[in-house]
This record gives sequence, C-alpha cells and structure tokens, in this order.
Amino acid sequence: MSKLLEVKNLSTHFFTDDGLVKAVDNISYSLNEGETLGLVGESGCGKSVNALSLLRLIPNPPGKIVSGKVIFEDQNLLTLSEDDICRIRGNRMAMIFQEPMTSLNPVMTIGRQLMEPMEIHRQMTRGEIQERCLDLLKRVHIPEAPTRMNAYPHQFSGGMLQRAMIAMGLTCNPRLVIADEPTTALDVTIQAQLLELMKDLTREFGTALIIITHNLGIVARYADRVNVMYAGRIVEKSTAMDLYKNPRHPYTIGLMASVPRLDQDMKKKLKPIEGQPPDLIHLPSGCSFHPRCSYRVERCLNETPELKTVNENHEIACWVDVRT
Amino acid sequence: MSEHNNNILLTVNNLTLYFPVFKGIIFKKKIGEVKAVDGVSFSIASGETLGLVGESGCGKTSTGRAILQMDHPTSGEVIFEGADITKLNKYELRHLRKKMQLIFQDPFGSLDPRMTVRDIIGEPLLIHKLNGSKAEYREQIDHLMETVGLNPRMVDRYPHEFSGGQRQRIGIARALSVRPSLIICDEPVSALDVSIQAQIINLLEELQEKFNLTYLFIAHDLAVVRHISDRIAVMYLGEIVEFADRKDLYHSPQHPYTQALIAAVPIPDPLIEAERKHVLLSGEVPSPLNPPAGCKFHTRCPYVHDLCRKKTPQLNQVSDRGHRVACHLSAKAPDRNNP
Amino acid sequence: MSDETIDQLQPQRASRIGVWAVMKAILKHKVSCVGVVIIILLSLMAIFAPLIAPHDPNEQDLYHVLENPSRKHLLGTDDVGRDLLSRVIYGSRISLLVGVAATIFAAVIGVILGLIAGYKGGMVDMVIMRITDTFMCIPGLILLLVMAAALGPGLHNIIIAISLIGWTGFARIIRGQVLMVRELPYIEAANAAGASGFRIMFRHLLPNSLAPIIVAGSITIGGVIMLESAAAFLGLGVQPPTPSWGKALRIGYSYLEVVPLFSIAPGLMITLAILAFNFLGDGLRDALDPRLRGQGKKIE
Repeated sequence: MSKLLEVKNLSTHFFTDDGLVKAVDNISYSLNEGETLGLVGESGCGKSVNALSLLRLIPNPPGKIVSGKVIFEDQNLLTLSEDDICRIRGNRMAMIFQEPMTSLNPVMTIGRQLMEPMEIHRQMTRGEIQERCLDLLKRVHIPEAPTRMNAYPHQFSGGMLQRAMIAMGLTCNPRLVIADEPTTALDVTIQAQLLELMKDLTREFGTALIIITHNLGIVARYADRVNVMYAGRIVEKSTAMDLYKNPRHPYTIGLMASVPRLDQDMKKKLKPIEGQPPDLIHLPSGCSFHPRCSYRVERCLNETPELKTVNENHEIACWVDVRT
Repeated sequence: MSEHNNNILLTVNNLTLYFPVFKGIIFKKKIGEVKAVDGVSFSIASGETLGLVGESGCGKTSTGRAILQMDHPTSGEVIFEGADITKLNKYELRHLRKKMQLIFQDPFGSLDPRMTVRDIIGEPLLIHKLNGSKAEYREQIDHLMETVGLNPRMVDRYPHEFSGGQRQRIGIARALSVRPSLIICDEPVSALDVSIQAQIINLLEELQEKFNLTYLFIAHDLAVVRHISDRIAVMYLGEIVEFADRKDLYHSPQHPYTQALIAAVPIPDPLIEAERKHVLLSGEVPSPLNPPAGCKFHTRCPYVHDLCRKKTPQLNQVSDRGHRVACHLSAKAPDRNNP
Repeated sequence: MSDETIDQLQPQRASRIGVWAVMKAILKHKVSCVGVVIIILLSLMAIFAPLIAPHDPNEQDLYHVLENPSRKHLLGTDDVGRDLLSRVIYGSRISLLVGVAATIFAAVIGVILGLIAGYKGGMVDMVIMRITDTFMCIPGLILLLVMAAALGPGLHNIIIAISLIGWTGFARIIRGQVLMVRELPYIEAANAAGASGFRIMFRHLLPNSLAPIIVAGSITIGGVIMLESAAAFLGLGVQPPTPSWGKALRIGYSYLEVVPLFSIAPGLMITLAILAFNFLGDGLRDALDPRLRGQGKKIE
C-alpha cells in the first residue's frame, strides 16, 4: 500500500486573550491508501483541530498552524496557495461534520448542496452531475431520491441528513474522508447504520478514512489503526488489534478501564481516571498526563516524553513502560 | 431482586402522558396528540436501580417527568410510598419534592450561572426549611460537598469555574441535600467525557450504598445502563417493549428491538467485534405523532409478519425471573435470540 | 460542535457575566471609554456644583443682562443677568437626576411587569403585553404633555410622567429574555426542588435576564434626558428659577443672534450627555454580547 497522507511535526496553536493554547502540539502520523485511522481522545485533546488543520480550516485569528508539514498525495498542503488548497478541499479530501443540521445551508435544497462540490471541481454538464447525485443518494440509502433532491434540510431527519452529508463527502470521489464525530449526535441504531454505510462505501471506492471519535467501541469496530490523543499530543499509536490487546500508555489503559462494557456480566466497579481534564492554557509540566497518572515517576514531572517504538506498529509517549 | 419485593418504593400503573398538538395561529385547532408515554407500568423496590433505556423520542425522559409530576400525567397512577401522587395539590406536591429528586443531563445548563455553589446546593434546603441555624446550614453544605468529592473550600465559587464532571457533582449534591429516597437520573453522564463518566457512575453507586437510595436511571447508552442497573426496561415510542434483569437482557434479549440495540453498541475489543453479528435496523423511528398501528416497531422489524401490523402485543412474562416482552414472536420462536 | 477547543475558548452559553469582565470589555471599547469619562465628569459636575460654579446660579444682575463672555462671566449672562456657566453647571443636576431616576422607575415597572408576563404566560401575558402595546402606540411627547398637564409641573411629576412612558421597552425586553431563560434546565431544577413561583422569578429568572436591561437602561437615560429637555423647552418640567438645560435652551433660543452661547452651551451639554450614555450603552452591549461572555474564564 502506498502512503496517502503524512503529517510531520504538525503544531496548531490558538492565541487567545487568556494565553497560548497548544491545541495540537508536534504530532506526526501517516495514513496509507484505503486505510481507516481512528483518532481517539476526549474533548479538548486536539483531535478536531488536528483534522481541521489538515484542510487548513483553522479560524485565524485566533488559531494558526505554527509548524509542520501535511503531505497529501506528494504535496505539502501547508505551503499551497489558497486557490490550490480549495481544489483539494471537498475534492481530493472531504470532511463530514458532527452536526448535520448546522453544517448544511437551511435555505438551499439538498440537491443543490450535493451538486455544489462537483460544479466547483468537475467539468461536467448539469445532467451528468444530477445523475451522479441521484446515484449517490441511492448509494447512501435515501429513499425516493429524485423527490428528496428538491427537499430542504429541515424536511430531513437527523439520520437522513447525515446520510446526505456522507453523500456530499463522496461526490467527487475523494481519496481521504475525514469524519469528525460523524454519529455522536445520532441514536445508537442510526449510528450503527451510518457507520456501516461509511465503511462499506469507503471500502468500495478504496477511500481512506479518518474517524475522529471519543468512543472506543466505534474505533474497535471500524479502525485499522488508532492514534490516542491527550492534551494536543499523540500518546499512543498502534494497530487497533494491538492497542486493545495490549494498551501500553497509562492514559489508554485508564480510558479502557473506565468505560462500562456491554458484555461485562458482573456488577464490577469501574476504574476511573482520577482528576479533571487538563486546562489547556496551563498545561502541567513534563508529561501533561502526569497529575492523573498512577504510574508516574520523578521524570514525568519535568521531561515531556516523545513517541518511541515499543514493538512493531506500536508507539507510546511515556517514560514508564507499563506492561499489562 | 426478589428479596426486595415486599419493599416497593414506587409503582407506576398504566402511566400515559399525551401532549396535544395544535395548528393555526389565531384559531388553534387540535390536530392530534403526541403519545410521549403510552401505558407504562413498572415498580421499583427500595434500594434498587431501574434502568430506562431507549433512543431519543422514546419517552424515557417524559416518563421521568410524569413520575415527578413536572408534567401532569394524562392518566394512570404513580404510587410513591403507598400513596397515589397524581392526585396531590400544589402544596402537597411541593412537600413531596424533597423525597424525589432529579439529576440532570446538562451539567452546564442545570446550574444557575449567577448563584454560588453554596446557594445552589443549599436551595432545596432553604425551600423546604431544613437549613437550621446559620452554622448548621454551612456545615450541611460543607458535608454535602465532601460527600460528592468536592473541596468545601470552593463553596463560594460560581459554576463556570468548574469542569463538567465537577458541575455534575454539584448537581448531585443539590439532589442529595434534602435526603430523598428516590432519585431520577436523567442521562447523568452522557454529556461528560469518557474518563469522567466513570467517576460519576462510581459516585452514584457509592451514594446509593451509603444512603440506601433508589434510582430510576434514564439513559440511551445501553452499556452504561447495564453497568449500573439491576433491572432494565427498554422503551420504544412511548411503550416498554422489554423488561428484564441486567443479565437476561444481554444474554437472551427477546424483543427484536432490544437485539438490534445491543448489536448497535460496539464493544471496545476488536476481537469480539470481528465475531459479532452486526444486525442493522432499516429505517428510522416513526413520528410519535402518527405511530404505526399494531406493534409500533413493525415498520423496522426484520421479523415482521401480518399479525404485527394489526394487533398490539401485550407485555407478557417469558421467564420466572420477571422477564417480560411485548412481541408476538417471542412466544413462538424462543430460539431466535442472541445477536 | 465540530471543534471542541475553539468551543471552549468561547465559553458556554450559561457562563456568568462578571463585573470585572464587563469592565475589561468596556475599557477595550474606545468609544464607550469616552462615554464613561464624560459621564464621570458630568456626575462630578453635578455633585460638586456649588464648589465649581463661579456664581450663585440664581443671583440676578439686571445691569448685566445678555452679555457675551467676559472675564467675570466666562459664558456670558442670561436675560436676567444670571451667570450662564453656573446655570449650565447646576443644570446638569436636573438632567442627570431626571435621567437616572426616571429610568430606574421605568425599569422597575417594566421589569416587574415583563417578568410576570414572561413567567406566567397565557392570559396574564396577553393582558400585560397588550397594555404595553397600547402605551407604545401613543407618541411619547404627546403622552408626556398630557400627563404633565394632568399632574401639574414640577420635578417629581416630570419624573413620574417620564417613567410612565418609558417602562414599555423594558417590559418587552425582559419578557423576551424570560421566555428564553425559563426553558433552561436550571429553572427546571429549581422547579424540581419545589421552589415557588416567586422564588423562581426573583431568584433565578431576574438575575439571568438583567444583562440587556443594563444596556437598555444606559441608552434610555440618554433618551430621558432628551425628553426632559424637550419638555422643558415646551415650558413643562421644573419650575423657575431652578436651572435646567432645556429651559435655558428655550429662553436662549429667542436671543440666538445676540448671545449665541445662551442656547448653544446648554444645547451642547444635552448632546454631550445623550451621546455619552449612548456610547456607554454601545460598549455595554458589546461587553454583554453572548459571544464575548465570560472573558477570562478558565478553560477546562
């Protein structure tokens, strides 16, 4: 498999009145063609900022990508001109947002919004575009596609809208789709339908997928590889199989022990991660996780650990090697 | 839960809550009703946790509100500590509020932003005149803060200075202040971060043990509900479709909806996930304004047949452990279980 | 929200508006800073009028009427030889007093009625809001003239008359706010705790609905000063010899060609005062804007 995306030392900072927020702090990872990457972390860990940075959609001010490279199909996206990056957005790389209700224009029909990316990026006649849109709507299982093309977003349910969003993301046959908490706002049964649909479609078109979520279960079900983020940094990077069998970073271990599992029979106490999520302006020194970490040693207070390989396909950023 | 059976705290009998729907601006015409809760019955023993699970719009929150009399039930009985509380007047009801408390979903919206933590936690005490002398009042609040794991030194701060998890603790302290016997937890952890959810769940469990609390735990996350509940009721479009203890519900779900719900929840383990069958429901939840005839689930049910479209199934007992299911098929095809 | 970090930097809808944060925002807002400075100067002028004024404002000097500025009378004298500067200085007392007092009374009436209308809803709301609409239909100045005629002239009566005109805006604003706030979960929480309607209205709804009232109040003060001056110009309001800008403007108007400052000076003061309160209102509006709320809030 060839490399589709490579992120090198990416840092995105927000310059706020209260201080500097290192929302994404020196992260590197790569993604192969057709692969599914899960980006897991809690709110404020920088997973969404990371995704927005890839498409250079960071609102400036207060945000700014301060360093790094995003190499996508052998081009560094961060040095492209505004026109060139527009040719990539929605075309080679598409994004599906969490809130379908607010991500769609309420006064435009679904059909028009679906056709928009193709009108921008493709030299096709209106007829061809329309045909492709109908085909896509059918693909995402929206019934009565021709009439639905002329409907407005408020006439759709949340699940249907998210289907339309997925169709919109796929209109130009992108090589990479970034789904930012694509199903968090939806009900469980609808969530399952949509994730399954996304998985099928990306598999069919050979599209790479980045799923951003806080749900460890979704990652276990759909991702090939996983990056775990905490306070703007990647703390653990592994294949999904290895991560769940052998979590090595104390944060990942804590996260897994703190989620109630549906298949857990005994009424067993959960083991939460103590303390509160970090204050991004006043991050703890050294390893940001150290105040909440039960494996902490002296070194964690002063030195920030970098990612290091612990075995094939498995990296952690931790001074202590926790073998579980 | 058989040992509790003679110690029933709350019984809900055939509870319904309908909201009329009007059309027109000047001449309002009633065009229908949303049957938010449609004939729900269950009882909770003292010290027990009953989980109420379902998707948005299934009526689980409305059930909680109808029990608390925040929305007056259209019909049915709510028997709390032996008395039907649907017939109480405004003043008797206010008095009752100290025995039934509510924990909210939204830790940001449920605390008045212009009140200090002391005022928030102390408000129910003041309302019910349980505050005592000034020193006693202070002491009570300090004690409550310690009970929920907050530092009493932060008592004069405002809610916005706290994180989500801490705010939820403040909400819990407020509910505990009047020493209620029943607490209705409406999605108490769904707005919190994963690592914080476990803290709050553990806290709720500890408090239950310490104060012999009874919980009605309303949530959409089946894994959380299964973790904390003794028995679970699954709701769909205003009705309970399955009622079972936590073990039976997972190992032998009888209703096709419960099965789909269980299958839809991913388990954080790729090995198990690879082996699980992913049963997908087709379609979406129908509008509660115009629910399907017969079994309300028939439009999405993979096993639907003619009878389901015509006749509404009753909630029938299927095992001696109190497992009840509302499905025409459950009696006929007992082998069709385990997703 | 698609981006949690940004969301947290622009804090939650329920965050408190600290006095400190508002001050900070006003200081950043240049125009409102100007307003604040002018208001402070005007207030100082009103409070310390006896110390600042070079002459007794009521002392007549019939040998020196309608004089242009001189060493002795920096702004000249009026038609009965009183020192104009002193009268302008003392005039600030009336304008500010009427402006602030009438606005406070109007706000109290409006807030209570709006609060009840918003909280009770239904018929009560209907009745209160239709009364409000009725009051709003009548042109302010005409209503003022009628009321002043009915109550008779005088400082108290002008304040009462203006408050009876001005409350409608407050009632509408607070009702709108209450309709929004009462749907928030913490009101529900108070209900669930068994709180009475009175407690919910005054302990929860009122403090959380006040922000726009402060903005409206500041702008209303400017409007009231204008209304008072207009009334005085038309011969209503405070009785002579009490110095008032509006009155001075009216009398000076007849002598515009002889001693222009006689009317220009009080006219400028009226403009200045109104502008200052409007500037402050603008600044407050920005400071209390939900998007800027809770500046300096810590990030979780």
